Amino acid sequence: MMAILESMAHTHADVLSLLPLPLATFHILLALADADRHGYAIIQDVAARTGGELKLGAGTLYRSIHRMLEEGLVAELRERPAPEEDDERRRYYRITPFGAAVARAEARRLSELVRLARAAGLAPGRA
Amino acid sequence: MWGYRALLRLLPASFRAEYGGEMSAVFARRRGEARGPLGAAVLWAVAAFDVAGTALGVHAEILRQDLGTVARSVRRSPGFATTVVVVAALGVGATTAAFTITDHVLLRPLPFPEPDRIVRLSQIQAARGYQDMELSPANYRDWKRMSRSFAAMAAFHGLSANLVGEGPPERLQGTAVTDEVLAVLGAKPLLGRSFTPEDGREGATGTLLLSHGLWQGRFGGDRTVVGRKVLLDDAPHEVIGVMPPGFHFPSREARFWAAMRLGERDFERRDDFYLEVVARLKAEASLGGAGAEMRLVAAQLEEQYPDTNERIGATVVGFHDYQVRRQARHLLVALFGAALGVLLIACTNLASLFLARALERRREISVRAALGAGRERLVRQLLTESLLLGAVGGGLGVALAAAALPLTARLVPNSLPIAETPPLDPRVLAFAALMTLVTALGFGLVPALRVFRDAHADGLREGARAGGGRKERLRSTLVVAEVTVAVVLLVSSGLLIRALLRVQGVDPGFRAEGVLTLRTWLPLPRYEKTADRARFYREVLGETRALPGVAGAAYVSGLPMVMRGGIWGIEAEGGEPGKPGAGSTASIRYVTPGLFRALEIPVRRGRDVTEADTEGALSAAVVSESFAARYWPGEDPLGRRFRFGLLGGTRLAVLGAFQDRTVVGVVGDVRVRGLERTSEPQVYLPYLQAPEGAMGWYTPKDLVVRSDLDTAALVPALRRIIARADPDQPVSDVRPLSEIVETETAPRRVQVRVLGAFAGLALLLAGIGIHGLLAFTVSSRRPEIGVRLALGATREDVLGLVLRHGLRLGATGAARGLAQAGAAGRGLEALLAGVSPRDLATFLAAAGVAVSTALLGSLLPAVRATRVDPLTVMRAE
Repeated sequence: MMAILESMAHTHADVLSLLPLPLATFHILLALADADRHGYAIIQDVAARTGGELKLGAGTLYRSIHRMLEEGLVAELRERPAPEEDDERRRYYRITPFGAAVARAEARRLSELVRLARAAGLAPGRA
Repeated sequence: MWGYRALLRLLPASFRAEYGGEMSAVFARRRGEARGPLGAAVLWAVAAFDVAGTALGVHAEILRQDLGTVARSVRRSPGFATTVVVVAALGVGATTAAFTITDHVLLRPLPFPEPDRIVRLSQIQAARGYQDMELSPANYRDWKRMSRSFAAMAAFHGLSANLVGEGPPERLQGTAVTDEVLAVLGAKPLLGRSFTPEDGREGATGTLLLSHGLWQGRFGGDRTVVGRKVLLDDAPHEVIGVMPPGFHFPSREARFWAAMRLGERDFERRDDFYLEVVARLKAEASLGGAGAEMRLVAAQLEEQYPDTNERIGATVVGFHDYQVRRQARHLLVALFGAALGVLLIACTNLASLFLARALERRREISVRAALGAGRERLVRQLLTESLLLGAVGGGLGVALAAAALPLTARLVPNSLPIAETPPLDPRVLAFAALMTLVTALGFGLVPALRVFRDAHADGLREGARAGGGRKERLRSTLVVAEVTVAVVLLVSSGLLIRALLRVQGVDPGFRAEGVLTLRTWLPLPRYEKTADRARFYREVLGETRALPGVAGAAYVSGLPMVMRGGIWGIEAEGGEPGKPGAGSTASIRYVTPGLFRALEIPVRRGRDVTEADTEGALSAAVVSESFAARYWPGEDPLGRRFRFGLLGGTRLAVLGAFQDRTVVGVVGDVRVRGLERTSEPQVYLPYLQAPEGAMGWYTPKDLVVRSDLDTAALVPALRRIIARADPDQPVSDVRPLSEIVETETAPRRVQVRVLGAFAGLALLLAGIGIHGLLAFTVSSRRPEIGVRLALGATREDVLGLVLRHGLRLGATGAARGLAQAGAAGRGLEALLAGVSPRDLATFLAAAGVAVSTALLGSLLPAVRATRVDPLTVMRAE
């Protein structure tokens, strides 16, 4: 309930107040960017995306999701997306517009950092 | 999977309920993918870390939220928070202080290795009523030789000597010991060496171990002190070492230890009892076995030396038990009981406070429960609040206990080889933490659970009256219990106050006010000759009497209540014959003229001793009234004669040279043995008729000066006078005589103050409890009061209603308290100095105080009840 209320009234300041994002949070947002997923699917997606580098533990995942729900970054789905694949017990999560805004802001922040690093000659690519 | 589910128990229940199933599902998929036993092991390790880390994080988050809630609620009702903190602080503080001291004295082992194996050995002579007697050197030697139970055995006796060299001469308390004493105690010197058998040989140079305090104070902690020569009572002694800090033996008064040198001559006398004995049990020996062996040894000696050892037995007692006398034990148990009583009241109060608090919040809790907050989550929040407030209170309590320690420390008996002030160490802090936890948990949790249970049932019903009849009865019971405990403590401290007053009212037989005393212990052999001593006394007394304001000055061989011994047998002419041990005894003092005037002891008949009572003149004596009444009842005692008989064997044979004494004066009786004991009749002998030679104990050494001016101002002048008479003569024990008399009642005053403080605390807490209950009742019964007022009840009726309620609680508690106080009084009987444990006045006073407190506590709520405006409350309803 709180998440819905908050997602309606988010300002740019709210977005900035959450940066920088914890690594797990950012990856969960990326995993949910293209599709609604349940927990195990998020873990698999993150692992695939990072080439097996980041394997989220179940505890880390759900603690992050718990906080992200409170912050309004994600929402839990009431309806199941694909009933034939659905596992009764699964909970599906969807990124909120606010979540997408925060993920974009984080990405901007990171690329700005990379640009600065290049200028200092500490990262590959053009300055 | 049960393993993973068990792991999930680490998570807060609310989080587990929400995500536990999901997490288990994820783990199940992962396990399906894991290959081989190694893969499974890695999976488990990662899962354990993951869950534990998550649990920590989620718990911390919840704690942060709850603390925020607590902070808000404290801001909303600071009165509640303050009351809880104060009540918890008082309860935890009182118990912690009492535990510290009890632990220090009774529970904690003495600071020696394997302290349970250290024992005291003493002679008993039941026929004469002596429970523990010192040994003679001969008996000691035989006991040591004939026993098999002990790894080491040592003898010691108290010693008091003038130390000369390095700074001003000083009179020091010490202990003469045989060489094995450190082996018995398992102690080693910090510097230098222990005593050896060589040090104890007759004719050996005196050797000396310094206490850490003496070394620091007098020798400035100089490490080259070992090997240094000092004069102890004019005899050369070598310092052989320094003991570590915290080493005390046999009590903390001893500041040095000197090797006891016993010669064959000392072993001749089997009936000269002055050695105290400690020993260390062998590993395989038991206390009981050692006792049996020593009884056997004593029986053999009795057979062998029937003249001296007739009916002399032996006892072996644990060192710790021996040093803590029964009275001190009683007192500490009473103290701890009182502290537990205060804690009980504090807990009851807290329970009552939290209960009221929870009832007030019932609506809030019901709303939150209806919105889906789990039971665990709500209870946890309430617990966080009670724990936090409890912890603040507990911390404050420990600070209180630390502040109160100097007062309670005075209950530590002097006879123990431990520091006077107990430390606030981890054990004590752990105890305080435990008390806080018990208090906060027990009395935060129960009301919280209870309210939550009810919240579902009827919390949301509109206009539900907070606090049903059942809950109010529970709170009333708690408050009545508080008053009960407070009354028991009040009666106990009341009885102790009565006992103190009774003892303070005892006439000591002299007037202590305006008298200064100090001690100049003339060393032997320099002052062996009576004439030399007389020159010193005359010079000092002559100049002292010339000081402005001095109304009298004299020397005496022992001050009343300080020197209690000096008891000799008496055979009176024409009176009943003196029977040794049958109580025909008197306490003997050698005095200079002027003692009776200086102490204002009334002279009833005849005269004081004079300068004319010299060797060769009539052997004179001044006796006390009880002496005259005992031997010559109804007759004129002046001119009657008596002799010193034999008491306890031949040690007094040296006094056989004494001629008959003729009574020249009769004076009032003095409480020589102290205010609480019966004293022997007194005999005063002229100082010029004291025997020559080694009678050090009986030579006058205490100067008493009566002055109309401030006695403390006399001290510098007296020191100058004494230094002129003998520059090497130390001055010690400078104090007003009134302080000596007060010292007599000092333990009692401490008892009264400590127990009184506990009783006062209990009363205060009970008052808070009554106030809290009534304030709550009044606020929850506002509608009812409003109706009553609307129906024509007067403000006085309402006032009476609330006051009667408070009075009923107070009276019920007082009645129960009085019933219990009888038992408490009997437990204290040993401390009551003859005051009846059922002393009516004390009981009535305690009941009165308790009922008044109840009324006082009800006053504010009662007044508030009269201010209820019927219109407002009925509109709100």
